[in-house]
Amino acid sequence: MKFSTYLEKISGVSIYPIVSLVMFIVFFVLVTYWMYSIDKTEISRIENLPLDDNNK
Amino acid sequence: MNLDKFYYDNKLPKFFAIACIFWGAVGMLLGVIAAFQLAFPVLNFSEYFPNLAFGRLRPVHTNAVIFAFVGNGIFTGIYYAIPRLLKTPMWSNKLGNIHFWGWQFIIVCAAVSLLMGFTTGKEYAELEWPIDILITLVWVVFGINMFATIITRRERHLYVAIWFFIASWVTVALLHIVNSFEIPVSFMKSYSWYAGVQDALVQWWYGHNAVAFFLTTPYLGLMYYFLPKAANRPVYSYRLSIVHFWSLIFLYIWAGPHHLLYTALPEWAQSLGTAFSIMLILPSWGGMLNGLFTLRGAWDKVREDPVLKFFVVAVTCYGMSTFEGPMLSLKNVNAISHYSDWTVAHVHIGALGWNGFLTFGMMYWLIPKLFNTKLYSTKLAATHFWIGTLGILLYAIPMYWSAFRSYFMMKAFTPEGQLQYQFIDVVQTVIPFYIMRAIGGTIFLIGVFIMIYNLVKTAKKGSFVAKEEAEAAPLTKEYRAPSNSIWHSFIERKPILLLVLSLVVVGIGGLVELVPTFLVKENIPSIASVKPYTPLELQGRDIYIREGCYNCHSQMIRPFRYEVTRYGEYSKAGEFVYDHPFQWGSKRTGPDLARIGGKYGDAWHFNHMLEPTSMAPGSIMPSYPSLYENEIDRGSTNSKIHAMRKMGVPYESGYESIANDDLDKQAKGIADRLAKDNNIKVSSNKEIIAIIAYLQRIGTDIKLESKK
Repeated sequence: MKFSTYLEKISGVSIYPIVSLVMFIVFFVLVTYWMYSIDKTEISRIENLPLDDNNK
Repeated sequence: MNLDKFYYDNKLPKFFAIACIFWGAVGMLLGVIAAFQLAFPVLNFSEYFPNLAFGRLRPVHTNAVIFAFVGNGIFTGIYYAIPRLLKTPMWSNKLGNIHFWGWQFIIVCAAVSLLMGFTTGKEYAELEWPIDILITLVWVVFGINMFATIITRRERHLYVAIWFFIASWVTVALLHIVNSFEIPVSFMKSYSWYAGVQDALVQWWYGHNAVAFFLTTPYLGLMYYFLPKAANRPVYSYRLSIVHFWSLIFLYIWAGPHHLLYTALPEWAQSLGTAFSIMLILPSWGGMLNGLFTLRGAWDKVREDPVLKFFVVAVTCYGMSTFEGPMLSLKNVNAISHYSDWTVAHVHIGALGWNGFLTFGMMYWLIPKLFNTKLYSTKLAATHFWIGTLGILLYAIPMYWSAFRSYFMMKAFTPEGQLQYQFIDVVQTVIPFYIMRAIGGTIFLIGVFIMIYNLVKTAKKGSFVAKEEAEAAPLTKEYRAPSNSIWHSFIERKPILLLVLSLVVVGIGGLVELVPTFLVKENIPSIASVKPYTPLELQGRDIYIREGCYNCHSQMIRPFRYEVTRYGEYSKAGEFVYDHPFQWGSKRTGPDLARIGGKYGDAWHFNHMLEPTSMAPGSIMPSYPSLYENEIDRGSTNSKIHAMRKMGVPYESGYESIANDDLDKQAKGIADRLAKDNNIKVSSNKEIIAIIAYLQRIGTDIKLESKK
């Protein structure tokens, strides 16, 4: 009961691994890009949110 | 700009905190009792309280700790942190109250119904269908309140803790609904919609992600909020927390099949589970380091502050169990750990260390804040810390030891090629470890009582601040993002988009794993000789489920020489197609039962269930005297057969009306044989007859195949 036994029945199956690899890479590249692209001052504002209670 | 004045409500966080600590103590106490029951079976008190036997108590313990202790811990943190992070009170106090009392009501229903034997037989999802529906309703109420709060916020940016809460909410909803598909047979009795391999896959997709999205991601949200607060400094790297979040939820959802390595689950699904589990090390450790590095330059504070002490050990335990988890997902390691005490040790590093200590730290920080005072005794808190740490070690080390010891004994062969040890020999040598583990658990629990004393004293010392005044500017309608901000801050400002994206991210993993197993026939090759259970066997199976036999007995023989020699032919996927629900189990405190059918005579089972040590000296199994008094519930046969056929089990149409005739006939046959061959007099309508019928059937169909 190898995966390949019924994978072979899907037409054009060879594209699937490529597609999934691309999906994964794109996902992580986007997250990484996003992470690095945030403005520094914005980061420092957001990360201080828990500390800034602003209650009297 | 005008500032709005508003009030943070502290009442619900206080309620949830009290519930969390109360249920925590109850859940852990049940765990300690269950641990002692394994070492001293007489503590099952089977003759007096059949409802308190290990098989029923253990699910109450696990459910109490997960959903009552940790659940209320999550809500404590959420109801405290979300308003403060978003600068707005919770949207509806009424929904908050419904959520609180609804959740506590569910917990009480769960405890009572599990002890009464109402269970679906699926680990950590044991609750029966009416309670499942209640959980769904309360979860929706909680979700509405949370999202309405987020939408009416006064802070445009959602802090990372809130992302974790959102993802947890949506994923738990998805898991709960998919895994709880069941067909009701009567009030408080249902059958899982899925069978065998598919049921196992859905169950462990659920089970693993319950760990991920109930015990981990919401607690990471708490870590990202309370750790910076306690250390009074921002998190080490906010950028890292972004990667932590997305990669964690992306990878976690795929890892479920690592609970089913070497079982009858298709190979590809097992490999997928392993691959993703290994990848999980990265985000998990990213998160752990992010937590620990937050304390860089502040380690002197850790020496003084019990809150930080608890947090440091909690985060360290998170790191340890998220390293251990991927290692356990390697097939060669899993061969040793699966079904053994290693898994038990692993989950307790997580539950006692990560969830327990993070909760304790949070409480030591929060309760003085809520009562506007200082902690009653820092010294007692430090004592609790050391006692708790000792408790964890004394719990875990004996379990690791016992796991390796039993593995080496189980796989030992004599030079003549025979198994060197009987199962019972292994049980006997691990009992001392069970005793040590129970002592470790007791010590941990004593720490909890010290905490309760300390917190009550703290509360008495101060005065409760029901409302905290705060002010903030409302969000302006027109918002122009700074020119240098990009799409990321766009997502982060849109909670619903974040919700949808989280759902898509976890949905992909779920679909890829579950759908092929359902749609592709080759995944579960059918075996012609495998037939549906007879009505009597079906009734016996339901008794097996009711008594929680699966808590100690697996029904899944892995393809290893030492397992095949001990238990018989390894299990095939096609053998379980009529098993609603599957009963593969996850722990072998007793031997595997996948080929128990025909191994012993009926009289053996008859005597064994009444007094296990009479047949297996040294056994730690509870006795089941009530099975000899209770009568088989013949009235339910009709609806059970009907429900089974609805799910595709091939009983002939109209069979339900005559099923009880077959049941009586088979029962009479067993009773007559017992009387004739063994001089045992028992009326054929007792439950013991049904359970014997079921046990004698398990795993025998495939033998018919080979005889042909």
